[in-house]
Amino acid sequence: MSAPYVPVLFMLALGFGFAALSVFTSLVVGPKRYNRAKLEAYECGIQPTPQAAGGGRVPIKYYLTAMLFIVFDIESVFLYPFAVAFNKLGLFALVEMVLFILTVFVAYAYVWRRGGLDWD
Amino acid sequence: MTLSSAAYGLLGALPATDNPSADFSDTPWWVALIKALVIFVYLLISTLLVIWFERRIIGRMQQRPGPNRNGPFGLLQTLADGAKLMLKEDITPAKADKIIYLLAPLIAGTMAFVSFAIIPFGGEVWMFGHRTPLQLTDVPVAVLLVLAVASVGVYGIILAGWSSGSTYPLLGGLRSTAQVISYEIAMGLSLVAIFLFSGSMSTSQIVAAQSSLWYILPAFFSFAVYVITMVGETNRLPFDLAEGEGELTGGFHTEYSSMRFAMFFLGEYINMFTVAALATTMFLGGWQAPPFIAAINNGMFNHGWWGILWFTIKMWIFIFGFVWLRGSLPRTRYDQFMRFGWKFLIPITLAWVVAVAFIRGAQLGFLGEGTVTVGPLGFNTSTLVIVAVVAVIALAVAWVWDGRREARLAAEQVSPPEEIDPFAGGHPVPPLPGQRLREPSVALTAGGSSGESVVSGGTVTAVKEEDHG
Amino acid sequence: MTIRDIVFVVVGVITALSGLLAVSTRHVVHAALWLLVCLGSLAGCYIVLGQELVGIVQLLVYVGAIVVLVLFALMLTRAPIGPQPDVDAPAWQRLAATLLGAATTVLLALTALPVVGREQVDLDTPVVSTQQIASGIFGTWVWPFELLSVLLLVALVGAFAVSRTVLRRRSRS
Repeated sequence: MSAPYVPVLFMLALGFGFAALSVFTSLVVGPKRYNRAKLEAYECGIQPTPQAAGGGRVPIKYYLTAMLFIVFDIESVFLYPFAVAFNKLGLFALVEMVLFILTVFVAYAYVWRRGGLDWD
Repeated sequence: MTLSSAAYGLLGALPATDNPSADFSDTPWWVALIKALVIFVYLLISTLLVIWFERRIIGRMQQRPGPNRNGPFGLLQTLADGAKLMLKEDITPAKADKIIYLLAPLIAGTMAFVSFAIIPFGGEVWMFGHRTPLQLTDVPVAVLLVLAVASVGVYGIILAGWSSGSTYPLLGGLRSTAQVISYEIAMGLSLVAIFLFSGSMSTSQIVAAQSSLWYILPAFFSFAVYVITMVGETNRLPFDLAEGEGELTGGFHTEYSSMRFAMFFLGEYINMFTVAALATTMFLGGWQAPPFIAAINNGMFNHGWWGILWFTIKMWIFIFGFVWLRGSLPRTRYDQFMRFGWKFLIPITLAWVVAVAFIRGAQLGFLGEGTVTVGPLGFNTSTLVIVAVVAVIALAVAWVWDGRREARLAAEQVSPPEEIDPFAGGHPVPPLPGQRLREPSVALTAGGSSGESVVSGGTVTAVKEEDHG
Repeated sequence: MTIRDIVFVVVGVITALSGLLAVSTRHVVHAALWLLVCLGSLAGCYIVLGQELVGIVQLLVYVGAIVVLVLFALMLTRAPIGPQPDVDAPAWQRLAATLLGAATTVLLALTALPVVGREQVDLDTPVVSTQQIASGIFGTWVWPFELLSVLLLVALVGAFAVSRTVLRRRSRS
């Protein structure tokens, strides 16, 4: 049954309504004195240095962090039902889960040793 | 709470089901709507109060009064700030992606409120003729819903950074997003230990399972990790790298002004409340009164509307913790922060989860059924064995790590060589106190000077190598 | 036609439309965001059908992690603001893709509907709960579960190796 989720939608609607109302009110109520300098990107008051499209080169470490995050997210997603159903699962499931964690840990240790977790 | 009931909580049986223990059968949709409105207003008023609270307390910690002009004791300061922000000009940069630029603060502001839908504020009460729990809703996967909503809230940051159309917000948004997702893993893993104890992910069931013993005691390590990650998730000091002004001019919200800017901060403060409320529910027994008060008059203070009082007090203890940290600690560096999250928190939380799984397995009899009686309590032998093994491993790891750290510190204390050649590096270097200078031998024989100086250079190098070896 | 049917149809239509928009829009990042809406409404579909664990896991993993990865990848490369005509496929490719997509849909419908189209599931009494999912994973489906851990290992090592290659190439250039 999905009826318990309807109040979640209420909160979502209330939150969104409040946020949208505030932003809309400030658009209406606030002054509008546009000049060219306001429309440019802000860089501490100096002329913004011209950048390559999309902000130039971004370090690849962020991509690796996101990959690591996916792997650990999937691992924790398996830990949640394991933890909830633990008392009915028995020793076999415990051993299984330890094997699962160990395997992912091997990959994690590899990435650690090869410097993938280092941020300069 | 007597000793036996504490032990019962520790060794206790799990609830028979993971479904919510709160009963919503008598709650029509309009009562739910009224509850949603009340929670919403509660959150807004709490935000007004927390901004004032934070500024006064930080002021006091820094030996100054804090805001005290607007209204009695400065209580209307937040309203004044909100009105000021409302009346400011709303600027959209020319290069921004207009739709996403508008949408990002709305996402950040909205997602923060949704998590409060499943937080229990109290027991069952009579509201408008219906018997309903003081909780908006509850589902068997309630805590997971909070975590999912928090991961959707990350989009507010990354989209704000990208859609501003300039470099600093983009970099700031990427950094903040990497920060938030790194600590989300540790947060989820620390909560797994709580699920192992409670056998359910439903908040009302977790609160009910803590009726004899709050989980802060058996799961103390989870509590420590959760507190650290909650500070990291909400971008608060010492982890507020998103607002490192010297580095990023303001990070992902540089280009935002007026109420859109306010929405980010509203989102941040409501996030603070969400994580504090979740910590209260998971570790401090939720809305239940502290044990010595709960015992008065057979639990009079544990019913119905009283729950809101205890819940609010516990939540504000965490908020005070947030403010205290902000007033005392400097900001960490980004690489220190990421190293701490990835190299320390994640492996140690995983190890803790495995340890708790083994301890719970032993308690539930997976590893044998023998018992040992110590005084009035009977313990499972395997539990004691597992706890002892875990303690020994933890101590051994700590010992080895400490020894390595000492060795590393000792190795860094290299004593300087007694004799140096001042021109060895190509430019002159003065001697340290106590050092001798090797006079560079100048060979004046014609045609053989280079050969001589090479030989002398060779002997000097030999001497240096001996000193270092 | 109960309310649940109507809600399910609405959420399904949102999923399909956002999926269509994800492949046809000209803004690069907007495509990722329409993908986000598509995956989010798919989670909504799961929740409407009563499978809340799967729905929330979909939100956690797909919406919370994978689209973040896609956005990071976009921002690492270009992530330009505004429509990009040069990443747009030419008209004949679009026509071919539409035809192929329609053909695949028809094929799936013709093969799957006769097989499972008659089954009825009573959604008011949920058959599968978290306990049962867990018993299933750690009972019947043990081997896929352990193979999944190997898959995660391979994925992590592979991602790391790929990023090292890119780093080496960048430092050389």
